[in-house]
Amino acid sequence: MAKIDIGPPDYKENLPPVIRENYGQWKYHEKVKPGLLKHVANSGDELYTIRVGSPRLVSVDFIRDICALADEYCDGYLRFTSRNNIEFLTGDASKVEPLIEACKAKGLPVGGTGNSLSNIVHTQGWIHCHTPATDASGIVKAVMDDLYEYFGRDDLPAKLRVAMACCLNMCGAVHCSDIAILGVHRTVPTIKHEILQKGAEIPSLVASCPTGAIRPDPKNKSVALKDEKCMYCGNCFTMSPAMDIMDPKNDGVAIMIGGKVSNARTAPSFSRLVIPYLPNNPPRWPEVTEAVRNIVEVWLKNARSGERVGEWVERIGWERFFTLADIPFSDKCIDDYIFSRETFRTSAAFKY
Amino acid sequence: MAEDKKTPQLDELEKGPWPSFVTEIKRAAVKSPAANELLGLMERSYEDNKGHWKHGGIVGVRGYGGGVIGRYTDLPEEYPNLKEFHTMRINQPSGWFYSTKSLREICDIWEKHGSGLTNMHGSTGDIILLGTTTDELQPTFDEFSDAGYDLGGSGSDLRSPSCCVGPGRCEFACYDTLDMCYDITNEFQDELHRPMWPYKFKIKMSGCANDCVAAIARADCSVIGTWRDTLIINNDEVKAYAESGMNIQRLVCDKCPTRALEFDAINNELTVIPEDCSRCMHCINMMPKAIQPGKEKGASILLGGKSTIVKSAFMSWVIVPFMKMEPPYTEFKDLMYRIWDWWDENGKTRERLGELIYRVGMGTFLREVGLPPVPQMVFRPRANPYVFWQEEEINK
Repeated sequence: MAKIDIGPPDYKENLPPVIRENYGQWKYHEKVKPGLLKHVANSGDELYTIRVGSPRLVSVDFIRDICALADEYCDGYLRFTSRNNIEFLTGDASKVEPLIEACKAKGLPVGGTGNSLSNIVHTQGWIHCHTPATDASGIVKAVMDDLYEYFGRDDLPAKLRVAMACCLNMCGAVHCSDIAILGVHRTVPTIKHEILQKGAEIPSLVASCPTGAIRPDPKNKSVALKDEKCMYCGNCFTMSPAMDIMDPKNDGVAIMIGGKVSNARTAPSFSRLVIPYLPNNPPRWPEVTEAVRNIVEVWLKNARSGERVGEWVERIGWERFFTLADIPFSDKCIDDYIFSRETFRTSAAFKY
Repeated sequence: MAEDKKTPQLDELEKGPWPSFVTEIKRAAVKSPAANELLGLMERSYEDNKGHWKHGGIVGVRGYGGGVIGRYTDLPEEYPNLKEFHTMRINQPSGWFYSTKSLREICDIWEKHGSGLTNMHGSTGDIILLGTTTDELQPTFDEFSDAGYDLGGSGSDLRSPSCCVGPGRCEFACYDTLDMCYDITNEFQDELHRPMWPYKFKIKMSGCANDCVAAIARADCSVIGTWRDTLIINNDEVKAYAESGMNIQRLVCDKCPTRALEFDAINNELTVIPEDCSRCMHCINMMPKAIQPGKEKGASILLGGKSTIVKSAFMSWVIVPFMKMEPPYTEFKDLMYRIWDWWDENGKTRERLGELIYRVGMGTFLREVGLPPVPQMVFRPRANPYVFWQEEEINK
């Protein structure tokens, strides 16, 4: 029997020598150019970080390719970031430019540092999940191709964090991102009573509905749905395959904006819904890429230095945002969920 | 193998400058029939505008209740190699630091037992091994275990903790995120491998308020580094920033959320009003050579962060404004055990900790886990007088 409860490998064995020697003794860092950071230790040692983009979904051969680069230029060490970029770490300044060239030759984009568009945190989509309303990898590729230049530029007003989740479970940080791309349903589930009767735990299925739209139907040993109370979140489908919510003609994508997790300047904030629905249109999702680009361009044109998307919108007012971005405001953008009150404007101060 | 099906829509996603996941699946498909069929299944999804995966069955390895996610296609006749296509979560090393030796080892084991496809990494932090059969799970785990790797979390357990790069590279780090992540992951192995709670529980560690692992948004327990004394300002370096052309008043002082910074533009001197600073990190971010976190370092503990389902998204809120974070992290571990006991006793099925606290109220929560109420817990006090009193607080 295999050893169990051994935990992850000890990170200390995986640290590059220059980090081992200067651990916790860093003095300052500089953003040398897009994709390149320089950290200086109290000892005077320098550490160069070359950050490159990755599709996250990678083959073992891809991992072997980046290992070959790390062996040649970085003493055999590398790391990944919390946005699934790859970082090559070296203490040797003479290795930096050759490594950057080698990355570019391999098709690895160098960038994602400072005030840039970094990688899109995303999920499984049609590749591996059973509850998605859209694909993740395909949309991410389409959006990153479209906004590619901003990955390699660090002169944006502030950081730009785009995230993608393929359903309302929002795996990842879609609910707190500058721009969030979210898979949504628009039609109520079809109840498959024969599946329900066979295997569902009805009380927890009933309890899974955020709006109380599902009621037990003891006569049928099944459940009944109040269609008008359902907002298609799909949580009942997560609980039971009997609540089939997939609807290829009506599933699609919503866009939310203005979230952030950092505490710098302003408190962390949730992303807010600005476009309630765009169709699924694989393989390039042109409606989605166009909508995201539009928001990015309006932000670039109007934001002041240091303003993230949400900070910019809060300054100019959401009413001005909808005008500037030329996005139609609809009743769908007005909250009617349980925490709606805090979002209503309890003030006479507003702009025209 | 049957003749490869055409994938015109996926092929389109091999074009363009961003590295292509389709290219990666094709690379794996050369060696793995399952990866090859995944191309066909994805193309089919792009035609149908829907996924082709069924609800998972429960699969795993001996001794554990979590770490493997079962997955089965709904088109098993057409894609027999995807009849079973399970994910294994392998617990990542703190901060996602790797030697190429360890990565190659992972690749070799996975290529032998699975599709050769991975996610580096899953959103919680684990290495995701994407696609293998039920029969391969135990042999794959055995080989990983022999090589020194363990499974991560899934289901109603402690999920794999994760942390920012911390003192490995960052001069802002206020405690050793990498060490703490490693330490508590080992301390709580049982809670991680054997789901025993109402629902999932995530811990993330960020070394400062920049929160580079999004702990406040994505973890039930967010440990965010901070300091209790005052910023350290080096005015020689401030001068250098000013002379380099930085508009310190506009870009740094005017953006300070509490107006705690004052800049004397004649002498190029920056001062801070210590009691006004809320430690948001903006000035340090802007002038890392000139400003440092204070000396008395530790972390704030925030609780409740989660995504939308069921009662809307929560961000974690302050529970302990300041705690020293030094090995062996006894105070933190004690607090976790108290919180988990209480949640386990009171939580409903699939009720996240944040939802439970919201349901019963902070007063009950604080009394029952033994924490003092402090004003840092709220943005502002309640706006209504609907107050519950305890019996012992009432004159008899």
